[in-house]
Amino acid sequence: MNPLSLPAEIFIFVLAAFLGFELISKVPSTLHTPLMSGTNAIHGIILVGALTVAATVTHSVAVGILAAIALVLGAMNVVGGFVVTDRMLGMFKARRPAAHGKE
Amino acid sequence: MSISPTVLLYTYCITAACFILGVRYLGSPATARRGNMLAAGGMALALVISTIALSSTLPWAIVIPAVLLGAIIGAVSAKLVRMTAMPQMVALFNGMGAGTAALIGVIHILTTAEGHPLNTGDMLSTCLGTGIGSLSFTGSIIAYAKLQELIKGRPITFPLQKPFNGVLLLIIIVLGILAGTSAHAPDHVLFIALAGVSLILGIMFVLPIGGADMPVVIALLNSFTGLATALTGFVLNNAIMIVAGTLVGASGLILTQLMSKAMNRSIANILFGAFGAVQTGAGSELTGDLTVRRTTVEDLAILCTYAQSVVIVPGYGLAVARAQHEIKEVSDLLEERHVNVRYAIHPVAGRMPGHMNVLLAEANVPYTQLAEMDSINPDFPQTDVVIVIGANDVVNPAARTNPGSPIYGMPILNVDQAKTVVVLKRSMNPGFAGIDNELFYRPNTMMLFGDAKATLTELVAAIKNVQ
Repeated sequence: MNPLSLPAEIFIFVLAAFLGFELISKVPSTLHTPLMSGTNAIHGIILVGALTVAATVTHSVAVGILAAIALVLGAMNVVGGFVVTDRMLGMFKARRPAAHGKE
Repeated sequence: MSISPTVLLYTYCITAACFILGVRYLGSPATARRGNMLAAGGMALALVISTIALSSTLPWAIVIPAVLLGAIIGAVSAKLVRMTAMPQMVALFNGMGAGTAALIGVIHILTTAEGHPLNTGDMLSTCLGTGIGSLSFTGSIIAYAKLQELIKGRPITFPLQKPFNGVLLLIIIVLGILAGTSAHAPDHVLFIALAGVSLILGIMFVLPIGGADMPVVIALLNSFTGLATALTGFVLNNAIMIVAGTLVGASGLILTQLMSKAMNRSIANILFGAFGAVQTGAGSELTGDLTVRRTTVEDLAILCTYAQSVVIVPGYGLAVARAQHEIKEVSDLLEERHVNVRYAIHPVAGRMPGHMNVLLAEANVPYTQLAEMDSINPDFPQTDVVIVIGANDVVNPAARTNPGSPIYGMPILNVDQAKTVVVLKRSMNPGFAGIDNELFYRPNTMMLFGDAKATLTELVAAIKNVQ
Protein backbone atom coordinates (compact mmCIF):
# COMPACT_ATOMS: atom_id res chain seq x y z
CA MET A 1 0.00 0.00 0.00
CA ASN A 2 3.02 2.22 -0.14
CA PRO A 3 5.01 3.21 -3.20
CA LEU A 4 8.22 4.02 -1.33
CA SER A 5 11.43 2.09 -2.01
CA LEU A 6 13.86 1.07 0.72
CA PRO A 7 16.44 3.78 -0.17
CA ALA A 8 13.68 6.40 -0.02
CA GLU A 9 12.63 5.06 3.39
CA ILE A 10 16.20 5.19 4.70
CA PHE A 11 16.44 8.72 3.32
CA ILE A 12 13.42 9.94 5.32
CA PHE A 13 14.63 7.98 8.37
CA VAL A 14 17.91 9.87 8.40
CA LEU A 15 16.23 13.23 7.83
CA ALA A 16 13.67 12.57 10.58
CA ALA A 17 16.45 11.56 12.98
CA PHE A 18 18.32 14.83 12.44
CA LEU A 19 15.09 16.77 12.72
CA GLY A 20 14.27 15.04 16.02
CA PHE A 21 17.69 15.89 17.43
CA GLU A 22 17.40 19.55 16.42
CA LEU A 23 13.76 20.08 17.31
CA ILE A 24 13.95 20.31 21.08
CA SER A 25 17.30 21.82 21.94
CA LYS A 26 16.09 24.47 24.39
CA VAL A 27 13.19 23.29 26.53
CA PRO A 28 12.52 24.66 30.05
CA SER A 29 12.64 21.87 32.63
CA THR A 30 9.00 22.60 33.45
CA LEU A 31 8.04 21.16 30.08
CA HIS A 32 10.21 18.04 30.14
CA THR A 33 7.45 15.79 31.40
CA PRO A 34 4.67 17.09 29.10
CA LEU A 35 7.08 16.81 26.17
CA MET A 36 7.92 13.23 27.11
CA SER A 37 4.22 12.49 27.41
CA GLY A 38 3.39 14.21 24.10
CA THR A 39 6.05 12.34 22.14
CA ASN A 40 4.86 9.18 23.88
CA ALA A 41 1.44 9.78 22.34
CA ILE A 42 3.00 10.36 18.91
CA HIS A 43 4.60 6.93 18.78
CA GLY A 44 1.04 5.70 19.21
CA ILE A 45 1.13 5.84 15.39
CA ILE A 46 2.07 2.17 15.92
CA LEU A 47 -1.71 1.68 15.91
CA VAL A 48 -1.57 2.16 12.12
CA GLY A 49 0.83 -0.78 12.07
CA ALA A 50 -1.52 -2.85 14.23
CA LEU A 51 -4.34 -2.09 11.76
CA THR A 52 -2.09 -3.06 8.85
CA VAL A 53 -1.23 -6.49 10.27
CA ALA A 54 -4.82 -7.01 11.43
CA ALA A 55 -5.87 -6.61 7.79
CA THR A 56 -3.62 -9.52 6.81
CA VAL A 57 -4.92 -11.90 9.46
CA THR A 58 -7.15 -14.50 7.87
CA HIS A 59 -6.37 -18.03 8.86
CA SER A 60 -5.17 -18.46 12.42
CA VAL A 61 -7.11 -17.89 15.63
CA ALA A 62 -3.90 -17.43 17.62
CA VAL A 63 -2.66 -14.72 15.29
CA GLY A 64 -6.11 -13.10 15.40
CA ILE A 65 -5.88 -12.90 19.19
CA LEU A 66 -2.39 -11.41 19.00
CA ALA A 67 -3.64 -8.81 16.52
CA ALA A 68 -6.58 -7.97 18.80
CA ILE A 69 -4.20 -7.45 21.75
CA ALA A 70 -1.96 -5.28 19.57
CA LEU A 71 -4.97 -3.13 18.63
CA VAL A 72 -6.07 -2.73 22.25
CA LEU A 73 -2.56 -1.75 23.41
CA GLY A 74 -2.01 0.61 20.47
CA ALA A 75 -5.33 2.38 21.01
CA MET A 76 -4.47 2.79 24.72
CA ASN A 77 -1.16 4.38 23.78
CA VAL A 78 -2.75 6.87 21.38
CA VAL A 79 -5.81 7.92 23.35
CA GLY A 80 -4.30 7.73 26.83
CA GLY A 81 -1.14 9.49 25.68
CA PHE A 82 -2.87 12.53 24.23
CA VAL A 83 -5.43 12.83 27.03
CA VAL A 84 -2.85 12.64 29.82
CA THR A 85 -0.63 15.20 28.07
CA ASP A 86 -3.57 17.55 27.68
CA ARG A 87 -4.38 17.21 31.39
CA MET A 88 -0.79 18.03 32.34
CA LEU A 89 -0.74 21.09 30.08
CA GLY A 90 -4.19 22.17 31.25
CA MET A 91 -2.63 22.86 34.64
CA PHE A 92 -0.48 25.59 33.11
CA LYS A 93 -3.53 27.54 31.99
CA ALA A 94 -4.38 28.28 35.63
CA ARG A 95 -1.40 30.61 35.81
CA ARG A 96 -2.44 34.24 36.05
CA PRO A 97 -0.42 37.43 36.17
CA ALA A 98 0.80 38.38 39.63
CA ALA A 99 -1.85 41.06 40.04
CA HIS A 100 -3.37 40.09 43.36
CA GLY A 101 -1.78 39.34 46.70
CA LYS A 102 0.69 42.21 46.58
CA GLU A 103 -0.46 45.60 47.69
CA MET B 1 -13.99 3.07 -0.82
CA SER B 2 -10.45 2.68 -1.98
CA ILE B 3 -7.59 5.10 -1.66
CA SER B 4 -4.62 5.22 -3.97
CA PRO B 5 -1.17 4.84 -2.40
CA THR B 6 -0.31 8.32 -3.60
CA VAL B 7 -3.23 9.93 -1.77
CA LEU B 8 -2.31 7.92 1.32
CA LEU B 9 1.25 9.15 1.17
CA TYR B 10 0.22 12.79 0.73
CA THR B 11 -2.08 12.49 3.73
CA TYR B 12 0.74 10.98 5.78
CA CYS B 13 2.81 13.98 4.73
CA ILE B 14 0.26 16.31 6.37
CA THR B 15 0.34 14.13 9.51
CA ALA B 16 4.14 14.30 9.58
CA ALA B 17 3.97 18.11 9.44
CA CYS B 18 1.46 18.10 12.34
CA PHE B 19 3.78 15.88 14.42
CA ILE B 20 6.85 18.00 13.72
CA LEU B 21 5.09 21.27 14.56
CA GLY B 22 3.40 19.58 17.51
CA VAL B 23 6.74 18.55 19.06
CA ARG B 24 8.10 22.01 18.41
CA TYR B 25 5.13 23.71 20.06
CA LEU B 26 5.38 21.33 23.03
CA GLY B 27 8.79 22.81 23.80
CA SER B 28 7.46 26.23 24.74
CA PRO B 29 4.97 27.00 27.56
CA ALA B 30 2.75 29.36 25.55
CA THR B 31 2.15 26.94 22.70
CA ALA B 32 2.46 23.54 24.39
CA ARG B 33 -1.23 22.76 24.60
CA ARG B 34 -1.79 23.74 20.98
CA GLY B 35 1.14 21.48 20.04
CA ASN B 36 -0.49 18.51 21.69
CA MET B 37 -3.81 19.24 19.95
CA LEU B 38 -2.05 19.56 16.60
CA ALA B 39 -0.28 16.22 17.04
CA ALA B 40 -3.57 14.60 18.07
CA GLY B 41 -5.23 16.02 14.96
CA GLY B 42 -2.47 14.65 12.74
CA MET B 43 -2.82 11.28 14.45
CA ALA B 44 -6.59 11.20 13.87
CA LEU B 45 -6.04 12.01 10.19
CA ALA B 46 -3.49 9.20 9.75
CA LEU B 47 -5.70 6.69 11.55
CA VAL B 48 -8.80 7.56 9.52
CA ILE B 49 -7.05 7.50 6.15
CA SER B 50 -5.26 4.22 7.00
CA THR B 51 -8.50 2.61 8.11
CA ILE B 52 -10.21 3.66 4.86
CA ALA B 53 -7.27 2.38 2.81
CA LEU B 54 -7.40 -0.99 4.59
CA SER B 55 -11.19 -1.16 4.84
CA SER B 56 -11.71 -3.94 2.28
CA THR B 57 -9.61 -6.48 4.21
CA LEU B 58 -9.98 -5.36 7.85
CA PRO B 59 -11.65 -7.91 10.14
CA TRP B 60 -14.13 -5.43 11.59
CA ALA B 61 -15.44 -7.87 14.20
CA ILE B 62 -11.99 -7.80 15.80
CA VAL B 63 -10.95 -4.24 15.02
CA ILE B 64 -13.94 -2.27 16.31
CA PRO B 65 -14.23 -3.86 19.78
CA ALA B 66 -10.44 -3.99 20.25
CA VAL B 67 -9.83 -0.33 19.34
CA LEU B 68 -12.85 0.84 21.31
CA LEU B 69 -11.74 -1.12 24.37
CA GLY B 70 -8.21 0.28 24.19
CA ALA B 71 -9.43 3.83 23.60
CA ILE B 72 -11.87 3.68 26.53
CA ILE B 73 -9.31 2.20 28.94
CA GLY B 74 -6.75 4.79 27.81
CA ALA B 75 -9.09 7.77 28.08
CA VAL B 76 -10.64 6.79 31.40
CA SER B 77 -7.34 5.99 33.12
CA ALA B 78 -5.78 9.20 31.76
CA LYS B 79 -8.75 11.21 33.05
CA LEU B 80 -8.89 9.58 36.47
CA VAL B 81 -5.20 9.45 37.29
CA ARG B 82 -4.12 11.89 39.99
CA MET B 83 -1.52 14.54 39.23
CA THR B 84 1.00 12.76 41.42
CA ALA B 85 0.66 9.52 39.44
CA MET B 86 1.09 10.98 35.96
CA PRO B 87 4.71 9.90 35.39
CA GLN B 88 3.87 6.24 35.90
CA MET B 89 0.81 6.66 33.66
CA VAL B 90 3.12 7.85 30.88
CA ALA B 91 5.33 4.81 31.55
CA LEU B 92 2.33 2.52 31.24
CA PHE B 93 1.12 4.05 27.97
CA ASN B 94 4.66 3.86 26.63
CA GLY B 95 4.76 0.18 27.54
CA MET B 96 1.50 -0.38 25.66
CA GLY B 97 2.93 1.16 22.48
CA ALA B 98 6.10 -0.89 22.85
CA GLY B 99 4.05 -4.06 23.32
CA THR B 100 2.16 -3.26 20.13
CA ALA B 101 5.42 -2.92 18.20
CA ALA B 102 6.67 -6.25 19.56
CA LEU B 103 3.39 -8.02 18.73
CA ILE B 104 3.38 -6.65 15.17
CA GLY B 105 6.84 -8.17 14.65
CA VAL B 106 5.70 -11.52 16.05
CA ILE B 107 2.56 -11.50 13.88
CA HIS B 108 4.62 -10.57 10.83
CA ILE B 109 6.90 -13.56 11.35
CA LEU B 110 4.09 -15.99 12.23
CA THR B 111 2.11 -15.07 9.11
CA THR B 112 5.16 -15.54 6.89
CA ALA B 113 5.31 -19.24 6.02
CA GLU B 114 8.49 -21.04 7.02
CA GLY B 115 10.80 -21.65 4.11
CA HIS B 116 9.94 -18.34 2.50
CA PRO B 117 12.81 -16.24 3.78
CA LEU B 118 12.28 -12.52 4.20
CA ASN B 119 14.94 -10.33 2.66
CA THR B 120 17.80 -9.33 4.95
CA GLY B 121 16.61 -5.77 5.57
CA ASP B 122 13.12 -6.93 6.44
CA MET B 123 14.41 -9.63 8.78
CA LEU B 124 16.82 -7.23 10.45
CA SER B 125 14.16 -4.58 11.10
CA THR B 126 11.70 -7.20 12.34
CA CYS B 127 14.22 -8.67 14.80
CA LEU B 128 15.35 -5.23 16.02
CA GLY B 129 11.82 -3.84 16.23
CA THR B 130 10.54 -6.82 18.19
CA GLY B 131 13.61 -6.96 20.44
CA ILE B 132 13.52 -3.25 21.31
CA GLY B 133 9.73 -3.26 21.61
CA SER B 134 9.79 -6.24 24.02
CA LEU B 135 12.53 -4.67 26.13
CA SER B 136 10.72 -1.35 26.32
CA PHE B 137 7.45 -3.13 27.14
CA THR B 138 8.67 -4.93 30.26
CA GLY B 139 11.01 -2.07 31.18
CA SER B 140 8.08 0.36 31.20
CA ILE B 141 5.96 -2.02 33.26
CA ILE B 142 8.74 -2.26 35.87
CA ALA B 143 9.14 1.55 35.84
CA TYR B 144 5.38 1.83 36.38
CA ALA B 145 5.47 -0.70 39.23
CA LYS B 146 8.35 1.11 40.91
CA LEU B 147 6.68 4.52 40.80
CA GLN B 148 3.33 3.06 41.82
CA GLU B 149 5.21 1.37 44.67
CA LEU B 150 3.98 -2.07 43.67
CA ILE B 151 7.60 -3.12 43.98
CA LYS B 152 10.16 -1.31 46.08
CA GLY B 153 11.59 1.80 44.49
CA ARG B 154 15.11 1.29 45.75
CA PRO B 155 17.55 -0.36 43.35
CA ILE B 156 17.32 -4.15 43.30
CA THR B 157 20.76 -5.57 42.71
CA PHE B 158 22.44 -8.95 42.79
CA PRO B 159 26.03 -10.10 42.21
CA LEU B 160 27.24 -10.16 38.60
CA GLN B 161 24.17 -8.22 37.50
CA LYS B 162 25.93 -6.31 34.73
CA PRO B 163 27.69 -9.37 33.25
CA PHE B 164 24.35 -11.22 33.43
CA ASN B 165 22.58 -8.44 31.50
CA GLY B 166 25.47 -8.38 29.04
CA VAL B 167 25.05 -12.12 28.43
CA LEU B 168 21.30 -11.60 27.89
CA LEU B 169 22.05 -8.94 25.28
CA LEU B 170 24.56 -11.26 23.62
CA ILE B 171 21.99 -14.08 23.52
CA ILE B 172 19.50 -11.71 21.82
CA ILE B 173 22.06 -10.75 19.18
CA VAL B 174 22.99 -14.40 18.52
CA LEU B 175 19.31 -15.40 18.31
CA GLY B 176 18.73 -12.55 15.87
CA ILE B 177 21.59 -13.69 13.64
CA LEU B 178 20.46 -17.33 13.83
CA ALA B 179 16.83 -16.42 13.09
CA GLY B 180 17.93 -14.31 10.14
CA THR B 181 20.19 -16.93 8.59
CA SER B 182 18.27 -20.06 9.56
CA ALA B 183 17.86 -22.67 6.78
CA HIS B 184 14.08 -22.64 7.05
CA ALA B 185 13.87 -18.90 7.66
CA PRO B 186 11.97 -17.30 9.17
CA ASP B 187 12.45 -19.67 12.08
CA HIS B 188 9.44 -19.16 14.37
CA VAL B 189 11.01 -20.80 17.43
CA LEU B 190 14.20 -18.77 17.30
CA PHE B 191 12.21 -15.59 16.77
CA ILE B 192 9.89 -16.20 19.74
CA ALA B 193 12.97 -16.98 21.86
CA LEU B 194 14.44 -13.62 20.81
CA ALA B 195 11.29 -11.81 21.90
CA GLY B 196 11.25 -13.76 25.20
CA VAL B 197 14.85 -12.99 26.15
CA SER B 198 14.26 -9.32 25.25
CA LEU B 199 11.31 -9.27 27.66
CA ILE B 200 13.58 -10.59 30.43
CA LEU B 201 16.31 -8.07 29.61
CA GLY B 202 13.76 -5.23 29.92
CA ILE B 203 12.99 -6.34 33.49
CA MET B 204 16.63 -6.84 34.43
CA PHE B 205 17.64 -3.49 32.92
CA VAL B 206 15.21 -1.37 34.97
CA LEU B 207 15.24 -3.31 38.29
CA PRO B 208 18.63 -1.97 39.47
CA ILE B 209 17.64 1.67 38.81
CA GLY B 210 16.30 3.66 41.76
CA GLY B 211 12.80 5.09 41.80
CA ALA B 212 14.02 8.68 41.87
CA ASP B 213 15.64 8.19 38.48
CA MET B 214 12.55 6.70 36.86
CA PRO B 215 11.53 9.84 34.90
CA VAL B 216 14.85 9.67 33.04
CA VAL B 217 14.40 5.95 32.43
CA ILE B 218 10.87 6.52 31.14
CA ALA B 219 12.18 9.19 28.74
CA LEU B 220 14.76 6.70 27.47
CA LEU B 221 12.22 3.88 27.10
CA ASN B 222 9.96 6.37 25.27
CA SER B 223 12.80 6.94 22.84
CA PHE B 224 13.23 3.15 22.47
CA THR B 225 9.55 2.70 21.65
CA GLY B 226 9.88 5.44 19.03
CA LEU B 227 12.76 3.51 17.47
CA ALA B 228 10.78 0.25 17.58
CA THR B 229 7.91 2.07 15.85
CA ALA B 230 10.22 3.33 13.11
CA LEU B 231 11.66 -0.18 12.58
CA THR B 232 8.14 -1.59 12.38
CA GLY B 233 7.49 1.11 9.78
CA PHE B 234 10.31 -0.34 7.70
CA VAL B 235 8.82 -3.84 8.03
CA LEU B 236 5.36 -2.69 6.94
CA ASN B 237 6.66 -0.13 4.38
CA ASN B 238 4.80 2.63 6.16
CA ALA B 239 6.24 6.12 5.75
CA ILE B 240 4.41 7.84 8.61
CA MET B 241 5.46 5.18 11.10
CA ILE B 242 9.08 5.70 10.06
CA VAL B 243 8.85 9.49 10.35
CA ALA B 244 6.90 9.60 13.63
CA GLY B 245 8.90 6.79 15.26
CA THR B 246 12.25 8.31 14.30
CA LEU B 247 11.15 11.75 15.44
CA VAL B 248 10.21 10.37 18.87
CA GLY B 249 13.32 8.20 19.02
CA ALA B 250 15.67 11.11 18.34
CA SER B 251 13.89 13.80 20.35
CA GLY B 252 13.40 11.32 23.21
CA LEU B 253 17.14 10.76 23.35
CA ILE B 254 17.79 14.52 23.59
CA LEU B 255 15.10 14.81 26.25
CA THR B 256 16.70 11.99 28.25
CA GLN B 257 19.96 13.91 28.13
CA LEU B 258 18.29 17.18 29.20
CA MET B 259 16.59 15.46 32.13
CA SER B 260 19.73 13.77 33.42
CA LYS B 261 21.56 17.07 33.04
CA ALA B 262 18.97 18.70 35.32
CA MET B 263 20.00 16.14 37.96
CA ASN B 264 23.70 16.79 37.27
CA ARG B 265 24.30 13.15 36.40
CA SER B 266 25.29 11.32 33.26
CA ILE B 267 22.87 8.93 31.58
CA ALA B 268 25.38 6.10 32.08
CA ASN B 269 25.54 6.87 35.80
CA ILE B 270 21.76 6.71 36.06
CA LEU B 271 21.42 3.50 34.05
CA PHE B 272 24.31 1.54 35.47
CA GLY B 273 25.10 3.28 38.76
CA ALA B 274 22.45 1.51 40.89
CA PHE B 275 21.97 4.91 42.51
CA GLY B 276 21.09 4.75 46.19
CA ALA B 277 21.74 1.02 46.49
CA VAL B 278 24.76 1.25 48.72
CA GLN B 279 25.50 3.66 51.49
CA THR B 280 29.14 3.21 52.23
CA GLY B 281 31.77 5.67 53.30
CA ALA B 282 32.14 7.70 56.42
CA GLY B 283 29.38 10.02 57.44
CA SER B 284 26.40 8.55 55.68
CA GLU B 285 25.51 6.40 58.66
CA LEU B 286 24.83 9.50 60.77
CA THR B 287 26.09 8.37 64.14
CA GLY B 288 26.69 10.35 67.29
CA ASP B 289 24.48 12.66 69.23
CA LEU B 290 21.46 12.97 66.99
CA THR B 291 18.64 14.98 68.41
CA VAL B 292 15.61 16.08 66.52
CA ARG B 293 14.02 19.31 67.67
CA ARG B 294 10.28 19.48 67.28
CA THR B 295 8.14 22.55 67.04
CA THR B 296 4.44 23.38 67.04
CA VAL B 297 2.14 25.06 64.56
CA GLU B 298 1.73 28.04 66.91
CA ASP B 299 5.48 28.57 67.20
CA LEU B 300 5.87 28.35 63.45
CA ALA B 301 3.09 30.92 62.98
CA ILE B 302 4.88 33.41 65.24
CA LEU B 303 8.24 32.65 63.64
CA CYS B 304 6.89 33.37 60.15
CA THR B 305 4.85 36.47 60.91
CA TYR B 306 7.81 38.20 62.54
CA ALA B 307 10.22 37.18 59.80
CA GLN B 308 11.31 39.48 57.01
CA SER B 309 11.75 36.81 54.43
CA VAL B 310 10.30 33.31 54.18
CA VAL B 311 11.19 30.76 51.54
CA ILE B 312 8.90 27.81 50.95
CA VAL B 313 10.46 24.64 49.52
CA PRO B 314 7.75 22.36 48.14
CA GLY B 315 8.42 18.69 47.41
CA TYR B 316 6.64 15.50 46.56
CA GLY B 317 4.99 15.44 49.99
CA LEU B 318 3.07 18.61 49.08
CA ALA B 319 1.77 16.90 45.96
CA VAL B 320 0.75 13.78 47.85
CA ALA B 321 -1.07 15.76 50.54
CA ARG B 322 -2.57 18.00 47.81
CA ALA B 323 -1.90 20.96 50.07
CA GLN B 324 -1.08 23.50 47.33
CA HIS B 325 -4.14 25.64 48.11
CA GLU B 326 -3.32 25.70 51.82
CA ILE B 327 0.26 26.78 51.23
CA LYS B 328 -0.99 29.53 48.92
CA GLU B 329 -3.26 30.74 51.73
CA VAL B 330 -0.33 30.76 54.16
CA SER B 331 1.82 32.79 51.78
CA ASP B 332 -1.03 35.25 51.10
CA LEU B 333 -1.51 35.83 54.84
CA LEU B 334 2.20 36.39 55.32
CA GLU B 335 2.36 38.81 52.41
CA GLU B 336 -0.46 40.82 53.95
CA ARG B 337 1.87 41.22 56.91
CA HIS B 338 4.64 42.42 54.59
CA VAL B 339 6.70 39.27 54.82
CA ASN B 340 8.62 38.59 51.63
CA VAL B 341 7.51 35.08 50.56
CA ARG B 342 9.08 33.11 47.76
CA TYR B 343 8.94 29.51 46.60
CA ALA B 344 12.23 27.74 45.85
CA ILE B 345 11.77 25.21 43.07
CA HIS B 346 14.38 22.51 42.66
CA PRO B 347 14.56 21.27 39.05
CA VAL B 348 13.73 17.70 40.07
CA ALA B 349 11.44 18.38 43.04
CA GLY B 350 8.51 16.00 42.99
CA ARG B 351 8.67 13.05 40.70
CA MET B 352 8.93 14.79 37.38
CA PRO B 353 10.58 18.00 36.27
CA GLY B 354 8.09 20.85 36.48
CA HIS B 355 5.88 18.95 38.93
CA MET B 356 5.91 21.76 41.50
CA ASN B 357 5.34 24.53 38.94
CA VAL B 358 2.24 22.73 37.70
CA LEU B 359 0.96 22.12 41.21
CA LEU B 360 1.48 25.70 42.40
CA ALA B 361 0.05 27.12 39.17
CA GLU B 362 -3.10 25.16 39.94
CA ALA B 363 -3.37 27.04 43.25
CA ASN B 364 -2.83 30.37 41.42
CA VAL B 365 0.53 31.07 42.99
CA PRO B 366 1.90 34.01 40.97
CA TYR B 367 4.67 32.91 38.66
CA THR B 368 6.87 35.76 39.89
CA GLN B 369 6.95 34.21 43.36
CA LEU B 370 8.60 31.04 42.08
CA ALA B 371 12.40 31.08 42.16
CA GLU B 372 14.70 28.60 40.43
CA MET B 373 17.47 26.93 42.39
CA ASP B 374 20.38 28.94 40.96
CA SER B 375 18.74 32.30 41.59
CA ILE B 376 17.63 31.61 45.16
CA ASN B 377 20.61 29.70 46.54
CA PRO B 378 22.70 32.85 47.24
CA ASP B 379 19.77 34.28 49.26
CA PHE B 380 19.47 31.52 51.85
CA PRO B 381 22.01 32.98 54.33
CA GLN B 382 19.82 36.12 54.53
CA THR B 383 16.58 34.16 54.81
CA ASP B 384 14.88 34.10 58.20
CA VAL B 385 12.65 31.06 57.83
CA VAL B 386 12.63 28.23 55.34
CA ILE B 387 9.56 26.00 55.34
CA VAL B 388 10.30 22.65 53.72
CA ILE B 389 7.11 20.82 52.82
CA GLY B 390 7.54 17.18 51.94
CA ALA B 391 10.89 17.68 50.24
CA ASN B 392 13.86 15.64 51.33
CA ASP B 393 16.64 14.64 48.96
CA VAL B 394 16.72 18.04 47.21
CA VAL B 395 17.61 19.76 50.52
CA ASN B 396 20.02 17.12 51.84
CA PRO B 397 23.35 18.83 52.63
CA ALA B 398 25.10 15.47 52.18
CA ALA B 399 25.00 16.20 48.46
CA ARG B 400 27.43 19.04 49.12
CA THR B 401 29.48 17.74 52.02
CA ASN B 402 29.64 13.95 52.02
CA PRO B 403 31.53 12.30 49.13
CA GLY B 404 30.34 8.91 50.39
CA SER B 405 26.70 9.75 49.86
CA PRO B 406 24.99 8.41 46.75
CA ILE B 407 23.58 11.85 46.00
CA TYR B 408 26.97 13.56 46.35
CA GLY B 409 27.39 16.16 43.62
CA MET B 410 23.69 16.65 42.94
CA PRO B 411 22.89 20.37 43.10
CA ILE B 412 20.63 21.08 46.07
CA LEU B 413 18.80 23.98 47.65
CA ASN B 414 21.11 25.20 50.42
CA VAL B 415 18.34 25.64 52.98
CA ASP B 416 20.65 24.64 55.84
CA GLN B 417 22.28 28.09 55.50
CA ALA B 418 19.06 29.88 56.49
CA LYS B 419 18.56 31.13 60.04
CA THR B 420 15.78 28.69 60.80
CA VAL B 421 14.54 25.70 58.84
CA VAL B 422 11.19 24.13 59.64
CA VAL B 423 10.56 20.78 58.00
CA LEU B 424 6.98 19.61 57.59
CA LYS B 425 7.06 15.86 57.24
CA ARG B 426 4.88 12.87 57.96
CA SER B 427 7.57 10.94 59.79
CA MET B 428 11.32 10.48 59.98
CA ASN B 429 11.27 8.08 57.02
CA PRO B 430 14.01 8.70 54.47
CA GLY B 431 13.16 10.26 51.12
CA PHE B 432 12.62 8.66 47.75
CA ALA B 433 16.30 7.98 47.21
CA GLY B 434 16.22 6.06 50.49
CA ILE B 435 19.00 7.93 52.25
CA ASP B 436 19.11 9.64 55.63
CA ASN B 437 19.07 13.44 55.82
CA GLU B 438 21.43 15.17 58.27
CA LEU B 439 19.49 18.42 57.77
CA PHE B 440 16.88 17.13 60.22
CA TYR B 441 19.49 16.92 63.00
CA ARG B 442 21.01 20.36 62.50
CA PRO B 443 20.70 22.82 65.40
CA ASN B 444 18.87 25.37 63.22
CA THR B 445 16.32 22.79 62.02
CA MET B 446 12.97 22.06 63.62
CA MET B 447 10.60 19.29 62.65
CA LEU B 448 6.83 19.52 62.47
CA PHE B 449 5.36 16.07 61.97
CA GLY B 450 1.97 15.37 60.46
CA ASP B 451 0.02 15.47 57.22
CA ALA B 452 1.01 18.58 55.27
CA LYS B 453 -2.56 19.55 54.45
CA ALA B 454 -3.75 19.31 58.06
CA THR B 455 -0.66 21.10 59.38
CA LEU B 456 -0.98 23.95 56.91
CA THR B 457 -4.69 24.35 57.63
CA GLU B 458 -3.81 24.70 61.32
CA LEU B 459 -1.04 27.10 60.39
CA VAL B 460 -3.50 29.35 58.51
CA ALA B 461 -5.66 29.58 61.63
CA ALA B 462 -2.63 30.14 63.86
CA ILE B 463 -1.27 32.98 61.70
CA LYS B 464 -4.66 34.70 61.81
CA ASN B 465 -4.48 34.54 65.61
CA VAL B 466 -1.06 36.15 65.85
CA GLN B 467 -1.48 39.75 66.96
